[in-house]
Amino acid sequence: MKKILIVTISTLIIISFPFIYSCNKNVTNRTADLPALNPSSTDMNAGTWKTMLLTRPDTFAVAAPIAVTAPNYIAELNEVKGYQKNATDEQLAKVKYWSAGGVLRWNEILRGLVAKYNLPPYQNPDGTYPIPSANNPFAYPLFPFANPPYAARAYAYVTAAQYDALVACWYYKNKYNRPAPYKTDTTITAYVTKSSLPSYPSEAAVLAGVTSEMMLLLFPGESSNIQQLAVEQEQAAITSGTATRSDITAGEALGKQIADAFIARARTDKAGSAVGTPTDWANFVTTANSRGETPWYSLETPKRPPMLPLFGNVKSLLIDSATVVSLRPGPPPSTSSDQMKKETQEVYDYVQNPSRDNIRIVQFWADGVGTYAPPGHWNAIAAEDFINLNFSEVRWANNLALLNVTLMDAAIVCWNTKYYYFNPRPCQLNPAIKTLTGVPNFPSYISGHSTFSGAAAALLSFVVPSNATKYNQMAQEASISRLMGGIHYRSDCSTGLQVGQNVGGYAIARAKIDGAH
Amino acid sequence: MLENLLISINYFPYKEKEHKKIKQGFLLLRIIILSIFSTVLFTIETKAQTTEDVIMMNKKQWCNGLTYSYNSWSSYWEGTYKRTNDNIGIVSAQSVMFMSNYGIKNNLNVMVGLPWVSTKATAGTLQGLNGLQDISLAVKWKALTKKFAKGKISLFGVGELTTPTSNYVIDFLPLSIGLGSTNISAKLIANYQQKFLNIRLAGTYAWRSNVSLDRTAYYTTQIIYSNKVNMPNVANYNLAVGIHKKYLLVDAFVNNMTTLGGFDMRKNDMPFVSNTMNSTNIGVSSKYTLPSNTHISFVGAVSQVIAGRNVGQATSFTVGCFYANSFAHKVKSQSIK
Repeated sequence: MKKILIVTISTLIIISFPFIYSCNKNVTNRTADLPALNPSSTDMNAGTWKTMLLTRPDTFAVAAPIAVTAPNYIAELNEVKGYQKNATDEQLAKVKYWSAGGVLRWNEILRGLVAKYNLPPYQNPDGTYPIPSANNPFAYPLFPFANPPYAARAYAYVTAAQYDALVACWYYKNKYNRPAPYKTDTTITAYVTKSSLPSYPSEAAVLAGVTSEMMLLLFPGESSNIQQLAVEQEQAAITSGTATRSDITAGEALGKQIADAFIARARTDKAGSAVGTPTDWANFVTTANSRGETPWYSLETPKRPPMLPLFGNVKSLLIDSATVVSLRPGPPPSTSSDQMKKETQEVYDYVQNPSRDNIRIVQFWADGVGTYAPPGHWNAIAAEDFINLNFSEVRWANNLALLNVTLMDAAIVCWNTKYYYFNPRPCQLNPAIKTLTGVPNFPSYISGHSTFSGAAAALLSFVVPSNATKYNQMAQEASISRLMGGIHYRSDCSTGLQVGQNVGGYAIARAKIDGAH
Repeated sequence: MLENLLISINYFPYKEKEHKKIKQGFLLLRIIILSIFSTVLFTIETKAQTTEDVIMMNKKQWCNGLTYSYNSWSSYWEGTYKRTNDNIGIVSAQSVMFMSNYGIKNNLNVMVGLPWVSTKATAGTLQGLNGLQDISLAVKWKALTKKFAKGKISLFGVGELTTPTSNYVIDFLPLSIGLGSTNISAKLIANYQQKFLNIRLAGTYAWRSNVSLDRTAYYTTQIIYSNKVNMPNVANYNLAVGIHKKYLLVDAFVNNMTTLGGFDMRKNDMPFVSNTMNSTNIGVSSKYTLPSNTHISFVGAVSQVIAGRNVGQATSFTVGCFYANSFAHKVKSQSIK
């Protein structure tokens, strides 16, 4: 009896031990607990900064706000007080979450959506592949397949629209100069860092409006979730003491109008036809053959059509199509050349008995299926550095827009090059090469990671010069990781990196004249 | 006598003759296999059944052995959807495992195991990996034996710690060699023996530590901005029914592993370390002790996954050889001096 007791008790102790520790197993996001944004400058002149798409900051009119002494405004202030008085811990947690910066939070959310949708469709029973449809986003395959070019364009459109919308927002803030609720009524608590930034229209609502509207285009299956987040952001702005209802209403309307301008542009940028047709796909093979080169083929079974082969024709937000062609590098080594044999051998050597550190580098930069893709990785790198730089919302948006516009250009130039040369992957030329990450389903030359990373590092080095060495080292590592992983030749990587840097130069040139830098 | 051997009840070890004790020792490790590999299909879980069986070393008896296992699958469950994948073909894993079991007391044994694992896919481009996987340290305690007119019930408690011996890559499933977590598990075993018939029921709860990836963000059912992954704990149940004779033991078993949390792979997604990996497998295991030299024994097992979730439908084979001896006599001599 005694023994049974001992066994039971000790077993229970042993079993409960893990439960005690399981409380500590929760994994939290690195940015979950950031302090409120604390801009070193309100950037009150941002209404004069050069916009990405809009021709003027006041293209869309915002009516003058009512006076802060008007009875209706007093009522709005009381509404703020009411929300503050009844705020639950959960609501205050939302206030804290959004106070770290709306541009940052939406960027994190967007990266999450890309990761969620970055899954290649499963084949049909007959060995063909279904193509996601924007008109039917909930049916399998879900729309979109947020692959690297799609992702690059999504990041660019969202951040560029946010930037233009905030420039317009700042224009009206400066024009109408309505003080924040916590300034007008000192009994209102500021759950954010106090500043002299005018409240009308609310920058939180501008962001909520512009971003949720852009999602209708880019992630139509997510619009209800996004709408909920937008409402949450606006609610948090009111509860935080930074905006009243009229600030919110004006901001959301402005944001949505500007988003619509971007959506109209996006519908005509040729991304919709980037999938190409079977005739297009066959033409790439014919062209490569006519040059005497071994054409690329899909290494998937069943063979998958190449990823967005006409993405190289997509209209950039920054450069024209002639510039895209001028940025396209010369050809890779001929597939039958000694140089190509040498480079293929080098890939083979890299994947034989790879060191753990090489595998770490491959994994760190893999950014493949189910991830936020290479452009998202550079957004993460940028955002986590920007957190420490005390940017205003509009400066955050400016820098992320520049980054993403250049990343989209990198995608355009890279894809243009890939399908111009239609060069095979290393493991097509030598099937003995086994890779340490998935082989992307598009031609080898030039490396997408290298092009993205070259462009991002160039732009970020301009934005944060003190980090230039770090960004360039990261770009080098991202680039070489593709050789280490067995999926790119050295010339794909080195040329890609150079082309990326050249692409980044255009965004830098733009940054120099946009009034923000 | 057979009962003694199987369940190794030995309340008065020093009163028994030395050779008899050594014979008990031979039974030793009835290693095998329930789960070598086949349970966690997407990864390879090298788990010998040593901690699962009911055979104890007597005091100062020591058994060492090597097992070889081969496990392969071509079908797998993506969540609940069963499919094959021509981009990986047949995924296989081989492992060579060293195992050792020492009797601290007649009812208290310690065990150590360390596998080397190698993986391979027959199609597609992904590279197989290999390396030393997780070392396991276990303590097995025979807590209780109750005799009845016709048979005998024994109760065992096992505590086990497994932890990676190297920083192998875990984010490359299904070709990673393991999942990389440090696990602490508690197991209860109830065994019933009646003549040659043996019935065993075991339940295990394994707490798994979080693991770290080489990347800084990942997607489960949402994006997580961290390199740390919350590993859900795991429950395991095992029922074995067999004939246990003096030199030959044969058991048929069914084993269920249930991950207490995690998430499903999405359609056409890659597997991930914290997926809900569940599996049920059935199999047969056996152990044969050489009558001419009872220090030596051989083990073998076959098992098949019959149901699963986020795992491969694996078929597994294991063979192994063990050598047992006793220090009891030597120690006795020393004490006389």
